[in-house]
Amino acid sequence: MSDKKNIIICRCNEVTQEEIEALIDQGITDIEMIKRLLRIGMGPCQGRTCLPMVVSILARKTGKKPEEIKLPATRIPVRPVPAGVLVGEMESDENEE
Amino acid sequence: MKSKAEVVIIGGGSTGASIAYHLAKLGVEDVVLLEKNYLGSGSTFRCASGIRAQFTDEANIKLQKYNIERWKNLSEELEYDIHFKQTGYLFLATTEEEVEAFKQNIKLQNKFGVPTRLIDMDEAKEIVPPLNTEPFLAGAWNPADGKACPFRVVYAFARKAREMGVEIYEHTPVTGLIVENGEIKGVKTEKGVIKTGIVVNAANAWAPIINEMAGLERDFIPIRPYKHQIVKTEPIAPGQIEPLTCPPAWNDSYVIQDGEDGGVMCGTGLEKEPLSLDDVQPTYDFLREVLKWATKIIPALKYVHVVRQWAGFYAKTPDSNPAIGRIQYVDELYIAAGFSGHGFMMAPGVGEAIAELIVKGKSKVPLDWEWYDPHRFERGELRSTAFQIG
Repeated sequence: MSDKKNIIICRCNEVTQEEIEALIDQGITDIEMIKRLLRIGMGPCQGRTCLPMVVSILARKTGKKPEEIKLPATRIPVRPVPAGVLVGEMESDENEE
Repeated sequence: MKSKAEVVIIGGGSTGASIAYHLAKLGVEDVVLLEKNYLGSGSTFRCASGIRAQFTDEANIKLQKYNIERWKNLSEELEYDIHFKQTGYLFLATTEEEVEAFKQNIKLQNKFGVPTRLIDMDEAKEIVPPLNTEPFLAGAWNPADGKACPFRVVYAFARKAREMGVEIYEHTPVTGLIVENGEIKGVKTEKGVIKTGIVVNAANAWAPIINEMAGLERDFIPIRPYKHQIVKTEPIAPGQIEPLTCPPAWNDSYVIQDGEDGGVMCGTGLEKEPLSLDDVQPTYDFLREVLKWATKIIPALKYVHVVRQWAGFYAKTPDSNPAIGRIQYVDELYIAAGFSGHGFMMAPGVGEAIAELIVKGKSKVPLDWEWYDPHRFERGELRSTAFQIG
């Protein structure tokens, strides 16, 4: 059995499986609140890595089906963009506007 | 769901959660808090986290001086770390006239014990190292202002309130109020009816809808929702932009580093009429406008990635001051709404004041009831406009 302390679920904000499960064990089963108290899904990857895993953990621990757990809103920009590019003073590395 | 309660609070943001906690603290045993979505989902979770006493009128300065004292001890009181930090607010003047206005404001703030002072750009640069000092003449600096985590604050109030017996129902929209002969008899929700004699309307942008359910004119308190957005960057080294830093003359634009993850939140005074009360869609014109100003305040931000943009509502009244108090037309109907962007920072004291008003008929909180009188709008008696931002 792997050590849940060492399993990183959110790589952007270094949140472990243990921290997520501890919150759910305290009765916090709303993904919106889990997200905000642990800052999962709020880093540069915007939850692409962690949110599906958090849904799985929530489903397993609450007995809900994964499809019953609504994902939090996706925030724009979908990929991080340098502020200078958005104000039109720089080009991005990928020459995308 | 409970079928009766002594007090029902409508609105589960920082104000509603604070009222619930303070009522329980005063020994009211039977309190219900109703939230149409999830706690904090209306405006609190979308705010920029700032807390300040740098206002330009006596009522707001006195209330916020008191509130900062409350904020200091709130983590301990609620037994949950809300990440309150006194990282200050730094307002920056671009003209001599503005410097003079700052001096007048500082004089008034000092009179009520708020330690704001005028600083030069060398000191400003020490406080915010990457600041572009060139366009500015002076700063109004109050190191006692600060910030806290809006998520943790709502959660902490709700958690403590629940521990003390408050029932909180999320995802429970209110569909009507039962008022007979000017007295409240109950609250109708999508999940059933709760009999009660006391209702607090803490629905902020949605408060006029609740007022209408109580039989009042929808515009009895003319609260208008304005979409207000924030752009947030990836984290930068802690301590770079800790205070909320704002040149008001630059379209009320501000930058403030998130006390927890180090990202920089950028705002500007571009207000948009929402398409509906559910319209929190971020807009591209805001993104460009806010970054134009933010990168002038902190040029190095050009090289920092934007990771998120979101929108919420400023629930604005005509004088940008909230409506707080008792509504005279319906017995035992109270309101704390229309905070115009200041609800989060005022929540501890406002919750305490409303709870004391309900239980004791008066409050020891230095809240000027006359200033915030919900009936002032129908009398056409507006206050001087509360200084916005943050």
